Amino acid sequence: MQNKTERQKEQILRMSGVNPLKCMRCGKCSGTCPSYDEMEYHPHQFVYMVETGDIEPLLKSESIYKCLSCFACVDRCPRGVEPAKLVEAVRILAIREKGGNHMTANDIPALSDADADLPQQALVSAMRKYSK
Amino acid sequence: MKVSYFPGCTLRTKAKDLDRYARRSAEALGVELCEIEDWQCCGGVFVSAKDEIATKLSSVRALADAKAHGQPLVTVCSACHNVIKQTNHAMQTDPDFAAKVNRYMAQDKNPGEPYGGETEVIHYLELLRDKVGFDKIKAAVKNPLTGKKIAAYYGCMLLRPGKVMAFDDPENPSLMEDFIRALGAEPVIYPARNECCGGYVVLEDPESAEKKSRTVATSAESHGAEMIVTACPLCRYNLVKNGSSLPVVYFTELLAEALGVKEDSNAE
Amino acid sequence: MQRIGVFVCHCGTNIAGTVDVKAVAEALKTEPGVVFSTDYQYMCSQAGQDIIKNAIAEHKLTGIVVCSCSPRMHETTFRKTAAAAGLNPYMVEIANIREQCSWVHKEMEVGTEKAIILGKAAVAKVNLNTPLIPGESPVTKRALVIGGGIAGIQTALDIADAGFPVDIVETKPTIGGKMAQLDKTFPTLDCAACILTPKMVDVAQNEKIRIFSYSEVTEVKGFVGSFDVTIKRRARYVKEDVCTGCGLCTEKCPQKKVPNEFNLGMDNRRAIYIPFAQAVPKVATIDPNYCTMLKTGKCGVCSKVCTVGAIDYKAQDEYVQEKYGAIVVATGFNPISMEKFDEYAYAQSKDVITSLEFERLTNAAGPTQGKLLRPSDGEHPHTIVFVQCVGSRCESCAEKGKEYCSKICCMYTAKHAMLTRDKYPDTDVYVFYIDVRTPGKNFDEFYRRAVEEYGVHYIKGMVGKVSPEGKKLKVQASDLIAGKQLHIDADLVVLAAAIEPDKSARPLATMLTASMDTNDFFTEAHPKLRPVESPTAGVFLSGACQGPKDIPETVSQAGAAASKVIGLLCKDKLTGNPCVAHSNEWMCNGCSTCEKVCPYGAITYIDKEFRMPDRTTKVRRVASVNEAVCQGCGACTVACMSGAMDLKGFLNKQIMAEVDAICK
Repeated sequence: MQNKTERQKEQILRMSGVNPLKCMRCGKCSGTCPSYDEMEYHPHQFVYMVETGDIEPLLKSESIYKCLSCFACVDRCPRGVEPAKLVEAVRILAIREKGGNHMTANDIPALSDADADLPQQALVSAMRKYSK
Repeated sequence: MKVSYFPGCTLRTKAKDLDRYARRSAEALGVELCEIEDWQCCGGVFVSAKDEIATKLSSVRALADAKAHGQPLVTVCSACHNVIKQTNHAMQTDPDFAAKVNRYMAQDKNPGEPYGGETEVIHYLELLRDKVGFDKIKAAVKNPLTGKKIAAYYGCMLLRPGKVMAFDDPENPSLMEDFIRALGAEPVIYPARNECCGGYVVLEDPESAEKKSRTVATSAESHGAEMIVTACPLCRYNLVKNGSSLPVVYFTELLAEALGVKEDSNAE
Repeated sequence: MQRIGVFVCHCGTNIAGTVDVKAVAEALKTEPGVVFSTDYQYMCSQAGQDIIKNAIAEHKLTGIVVCSCSPRMHETTFRKTAAAAGLNPYMVEIANIREQCSWVHKEMEVGTEKAIILGKAAVAKVNLNTPLIPGESPVTKRALVIGGGIAGIQTALDIADAGFPVDIVETKPTIGGKMAQLDKTFPTLDCAACILTPKMVDVAQNEKIRIFSYSEVTEVKGFVGSFDVTIKRRARYVKEDVCTGCGLCTEKCPQKKVPNEFNLGMDNRRAIYIPFAQAVPKVATIDPNYCTMLKTGKCGVCSKVCTVGAIDYKAQDEYVQEKYGAIVVATGFNPISMEKFDEYAYAQSKDVITSLEFERLTNAAGPTQGKLLRPSDGEHPHTIVFVQCVGSRCESCAEKGKEYCSKICCMYTAKHAMLTRDKYPDTDVYVFYIDVRTPGKNFDEFYRRAVEEYGVHYIKGMVGKVSPEGKKLKVQASDLIAGKQLHIDADLVVLAAAIEPDKSARPLATMLTASMDTNDFFTEAHPKLRPVESPTAGVFLSGACQGPKDIPETVSQAGAAASKVIGLLCKDKLTGNPCVAHSNEWMCNGCSTCEKVCPYGAITYIDKEFRMPDRTTKVRRVASVNEAVCQGCGACTVACMSGAMDLKGFLNKQIMAEVDAICK
């Protein structure tokens, strides 16, 4: 189990290029996050939990699908930690698991039929973010 | 002036106006938009994971094509611009990523020379500011939008990550306001202009997206705007869908209107 | 042939723990020139030094090698020992077998081998040493203090108190600096003006002190004991010795719309102005950027109302040349620009202010006469949010902000919060902090009072965004302890902006050849043991130009700098460093490379007549070293392509002999 966590952590850090040790725990990322209320774990918690190897709860949390990738936390972090990249790496780790896709091509017709105005961009973006 | 042009999929379908008016305005301003042949969808979002290679190839192909033509690559859609610019930055700064991409590209039917991030990627608005110049646009305006109070909505894609996009001050941008002024209208500065509209999360959590869009629209309204102008089809969709009481228009439409080229003489 | 003694130190177990000192002493016995070799537990002790002295006498030694710690530690000690025994002190060489040997090796065998090699190199060098005699230079008994804030004021007063004349150069029209702008001072809450202005008056009345206000240093030449300084006295268009400071002109001047820098632009002053009531010198100054008379030739009101005829529209900048024995840098700090932090809406709302602006807003002499009113509409704010660490503690490569902690912000924010609650108990005060840093006497007690007695809401977390909406500032922030995102409707937001060295510091450092760190703070000669001296001899540091400091620390450092200056000025002559560059004029080809690389400006080129072998004379351009200015860095010796330049005490042949000894 220990090994799996370490492997996951290593993978997340490699994919994201983030060094969570740079964090000084000021909480500005969570202060600026527009999706704070929708998230169970908040940007600063992603940084801390990845650092301490507490990754399983993050992988299971809906929070990884609530991040808007708006990069406000990335731009405003005084330490250049880039929390959004960490959230993204955790999400990718989750969807790359077998059966981990959060959205599949089969979901598309229903979504696009539901709203004739929905731009393609929304569908392709969601597919990129939610499926491998 | 000739530039390579990457319209993007949404501009071919749900956001034809954004494209149409961009082309007409460019023509009026003496800029030739040379559409890249066989361009492919950029993917809508840049996936920041360093080991995501294949999803970025379409952007690199467009970049390499612009390089072959010796032209800057211009996009109108904020999302395409963001993806292509971030990909280009990764090609310049991450040698490992660039090597992997170029190995993929070598498998293409007619592989060109390896690509290393040489192309200049600019958004249509940057083209207006840096290559055409707002003074020239001001002079070319036939129907000044005098008295209109317009709120520029930047969203996230044009501005962030600030170091990569290098579009404007990400916290206090002025490009779109200067653009609005050049067209004779009055820009409305409001704090939510660089906050997120909810983006693609509208599919996952419509309520969340609604909240974000409403914040933006309310902020623009409360600062006295009569209209919101944007460069992104998804931003426009979210704002309109979530009941912005203000009209939300593409910046290219505004430009075409001011330049007097909104109505095409050779109607489609 | 030299007669060399070798002395190997155990340094307790510091060296002897990993180096077989007896084996080292034994091995060096057979080196060329060595006639005596021994070891001892502590060579630097009185007994150890006596061993050296006795050996010099007994064995008629002409040179010695001490195998011990770094020369930075005890080279001076052993040179004095040698001198006491009648040996030229420059016949001493140190082999560093501690920092560079015993401390870095773990095995005795390796450590011993390396110690022997280092000892051999030192012996090889001493074989080529020659006695050196340092030169002497006079000391000008006058000090220059650059900057007239509390640091400069205190330094000048202390130097003058010891009887030496001091000049203060201040760029602003008055001395007083940042402290003059402050309202109260932590942690005692005494009023800044009440404790500063008497000192300013002391400066003005002290016969030993001259104030060059509205002036700047434009050129520094020379060296410790004898600096030649040019001071530019900017034209203030008012005769300083005639103006009585009555202030009539500043009331009558028709140009009323000049942003008042003393109040940080929050109100206006006239084109002719006295920065504040207690200014020293209390003399008016005309701002040429706004004066209608100077710009268009039409006005002259101030000249008409001046009863003593002090106005002079034709005044020109003047340059003063003066000689100084010592220079104290006291250029201070400024808050950084908030331009790049507009998530806090500083540029978008007048009601987002910096802490220094807050000081002016609460100061009785400020734009609101001390009433805390919103800059936008003059209303009393009911909810105030203070944001700490804005631009401090940022990532090193971040384009915005500074890597260091600005040190003073935690305390002044506690002060602001406390004073606000004291004066306006109906006001809600929030302080967002990352850490509260209060390491100072009575500092933490002060902060706790703000929380416990005054009910200031301290929230651990950071503000993410400030959005001006209507009359409110919507503050979105995280509360890390509650695990919540907070939304506060504030009336006023106060940013604790990071501080940075004054912009004048960088060009000044170049003029003084004083070193700076990457943040443009002046570097001290030793961070612990020589904190008020710059590595450049004769240049001293006072106050925030060396690093962020509060007032008590600044005053202590100012006094310390003054005592170092006094120590220097008490001497009639200074002993130089004989290890200076020397050019072999016959080999010099006049290429000027050495002149370009010399960081001290010690090398000039002269045309000199030479008698040639065929008895003709020839004028050649050759390098000439000013030995008093040369610091012996050796840059010229490596740059010299013809091999003409050499450094006494570190001759090229000596260094090669060391290398040969090591490689043998």
